Amino acid sequence: MKRSIAVFVVLLGFPLVMSAIDNLFYVSFASRVIIYAIAATSLNLVLGYGGMISFGHAAFVGAGAYAASICIAEGVTSAWLGWPAAIAASALAAWLIGAVSLRTRGVYFIMITLAFAQMAFYLVNSMKAYGGDEGLTLPQRAELGLGLDLGNEVVFYYVVLFFLALSLYGLHRVMQSRFGRVVIAIRENEARAEAIGLPVQRYQLACFVIAGAVAGLAGALLASHGKYVNPNVLHWVQSGTLMIMVILGGVGQLWGGAIGAFVLLGLEHVISDYPIPWLAAVAPNYQQHANLGVGLVMLAIVLFAPHGVAGLLSRRRGA
Amino acid sequence: MLELRRVSKRFVGVVATDDVTLEVKSGEVHALIGPNGAGKTTLISQISGTLPSDRGEIRFDGRDITHARPHERVRLGLARSYQVTSIFKRFTVLDNLALAVQARSGSSFSFWRPVAAEGGLFDEARSVAGEIGLSQKLSSIAATLAHGEQRALEVGLALATRPKLVLLDEPLAGMGPEEAQRMIALIDRVRSRVTVLLVEHDMDAVFRLANRISVLVDGRLIASGAPETIKADEQVRKAYLGDEVAA
Amino acid sequence: MSWILILEQTLNGLQFGLMLFLLAAGLTLVFGIMDMINLAHGSLYMLGAFIASTLVQATGSFVAGVLLAIPATAILGMALEISVLRTLYARDHLSQVLATFALILIINELTRLAWGSDAALPMPQALSGPVELLPGLRYPAYRLVIIAVGILVALLLFILVAKTRVGMLVRAGASNREMALAMGVDIKTLFTLVFGAGAALCAVAGAMLAPLFAVQVGMGENILILAFVVIVIGGIGSIRGALVGAVLVGIVDTIGRAFLPIVFGIFFQPRVASAAGPAIASVTIYLLMAVVLFFRPQGLFPARG
Repeated sequence: MKRSIAVFVVLLGFPLVMSAIDNLFYVSFASRVIIYAIAATSLNLVLGYGGMISFGHAAFVGAGAYAASICIAEGVTSAWLGWPAAIAASALAAWLIGAVSLRTRGVYFIMITLAFAQMAFYLVNSMKAYGGDEGLTLPQRAELGLGLDLGNEVVFYYVVLFFLALSLYGLHRVMQSRFGRVVIAIRENEARAEAIGLPVQRYQLACFVIAGAVAGLAGALLASHGKYVNPNVLHWVQSGTLMIMVILGGVGQLWGGAIGAFVLLGLEHVISDYPIPWLAAVAPNYQQHANLGVGLVMLAIVLFAPHGVAGLLSRRRGA
Repeated sequence: MLELRRVSKRFVGVVATDDVTLEVKSGEVHALIGPNGAGKTTLISQISGTLPSDRGEIRFDGRDITHARPHERVRLGLARSYQVTSIFKRFTVLDNLALAVQARSGSSFSFWRPVAAEGGLFDEARSVAGEIGLSQKLSSIAATLAHGEQRALEVGLALATRPKLVLLDEPLAGMGPEEAQRMIALIDRVRSRVTVLLVEHDMDAVFRLANRISVLVDGRLIASGAPETIKADEQVRKAYLGDEVAA
Repeated sequence: MSWILILEQTLNGLQFGLMLFLLAAGLTLVFGIMDMINLAHGSLYMLGAFIASTLVQATGSFVAGVLLAIPATAILGMALEISVLRTLYARDHLSQVLATFALILIINELTRLAWGSDAALPMPQALSGPVELLPGLRYPAYRLVIIAVGILVALLLFILVAKTRVGMLVRAGASNREMALAMGVDIKTLFTLVFGAGAALCAVAGAMLAPLFAVQVGMGENILILAFVVIVIGGIGSIRGALVGAVLVGIVDTIGRAFLPIVFGIFFQPRVASAAGPAIASVTIYLLMAVVLFFRPQGLFPARG
């Protein structure tokens, strides 16, 4: 708990430092990282704590992003309407997809979530009214009122940071609650959980829907952040990226999603924007092939450090 | 309390349970014995609901539960322990039992209040732990327990749901003589509160505990009645008991 | 709506389905026998196409290029299996998913480095004309060749799996791995061979489909999802299921895309039809999958009882 607070103090101070040196690009970049942290944290609930390998989580981020975008595109610019709409849309999508998918197990579950997410991708792709495969550009970010201008990068940063704090604290409380215990128990031994009287599928579905809802919020924030949304947000490669973040950061660890998002996006940024001279001399176009590095790092993590970065940290503390 | 009528289950090419009609009376310890592969665990799974029956009817406490889902049956008071230990290995003993108590006491759709604040859950878990003899091991991780202790926890999980009837599938499996005595004593202790359907190979335990015995061979029930009757039954001796029974 | 059109689209669906079968067969065997999720299977399909394009250019002959690409891809596949994939058999599904996902990224980028983002594999001149199958039905010769190749390979596969000793081992492994191990089968070599065979099948599909679709980095991911849908519908570990599933998916998808917008146009206003028609058409196979899974969660022909 204390470490978490310390981290948040740093995060709170960050944009002030950046403003001081007049570098708002990094504030915007940090906002993007935080939004992905929220999305990855929501996946952590389902995947890390719940043990459900859902390969379609991007669909829920996308549902939220599109719901929020459509609101703004249609003139409903208030975040107080748009963001709850996004959460409702993604929760509904999670409920529908979960209700069918959770009837299957193991490999089938992974593939059916993957397939449903891809289905959502194709659906959105063919929505010509909202940009189709070219995506939808928004005239503005959502409006929060309360004297807060979301167009201001620093203000936006604090708003998304608030939601990250809320998500992490919420995850913390949920995992301490009865519901959290059940979720972990189901992951540990599903058959026995049922045998002591727990309606397993109901809890798994609830977990799925909660995670979907939070992912939808992340999606809405993402749409406002870039003032743009396109079907790629729902592509299964995006789901894979979110999963990488969770495992990179540490499954089932509170900060796992956030750490993973920070490391992955940070790595991508560093590789593409900061040329390493000797590497550039050997392979001139290496920065365009950043994915190669990401892939190699990911492979290494899976093969050699399966508990992710957070796992490494907690093991060093002797936990 | 528990009535099975013509319960059957067939797998591809194999009839596992065949037309089994059986009654377990309230308050008794009813033993189910039979050679390996006789279908005992299959029958238990059918009763607990994890294996749907092909034919037949199962009634519990007056209600037809033939099509009820496993967790519904537990809620009605029908619990089960497993032949192959199936506990929550990474939880502590206390958390294992507390979870079972939690499962039967209200809904777990509670997202905010920390479980740690629910003193009642843990008190009850502690009392169950006392009953199964694991009071000294409350904070041990289940995976670190000795085999006999794990079997005790296995039974404890079933008992913690406060069942009216408990299905014990070979609780003494793999136990040495001391541990076995402890398990027998445990079953003796709880019999006043819980009806027991006991599947066992350990004849010593069976004859010490059972009010009535039923014998399953090749999926069919060949005899059912008081222990003395069963001991004397020619069919049973031929099919199963052989030299195992002390004269 | 003419019968000619329907027949034509059915043939297209059959053609696509047979190629899907080639991918699905390899994928389902790897799942069924090694219990491993291999997302990089689509990458083998992509590599097959790229290698074929290079070899066709090098040899000047379509047939030679494609035939040589098959063993080349198989060797690459086996090398991949021996080096990286073997360590994943013992790991949990999540690790397999992530590791093979990482492999997709790596292979995609390496392909880009070696070939650039796309390559060309043009249709052979001799086959680029139409053939008159029935009076009024002219069908592209090349697509007929694909159908023929698909049926041939399917037959070969069935003979291999059903009639040979290796095939028996494969089937044994698919339905009960522990049993196969207990019988003393050299699992490691068997796995490598199965993987190589799967890679070879991918190469055939990749090379044959290349003249019709573009050869580009990322082509593997899109078809991979379809292959997954096929084996989910057909049942994991079952080659028969893969065939039925693939043909079903191929035909439903093709006919759906061709006719649903028209059907919608009949029943709904143009604006709705033009928006909803293509959208529903692209998701028909996913709906098919959902329906199949609802009634038979193990697929149509599950290999494991």
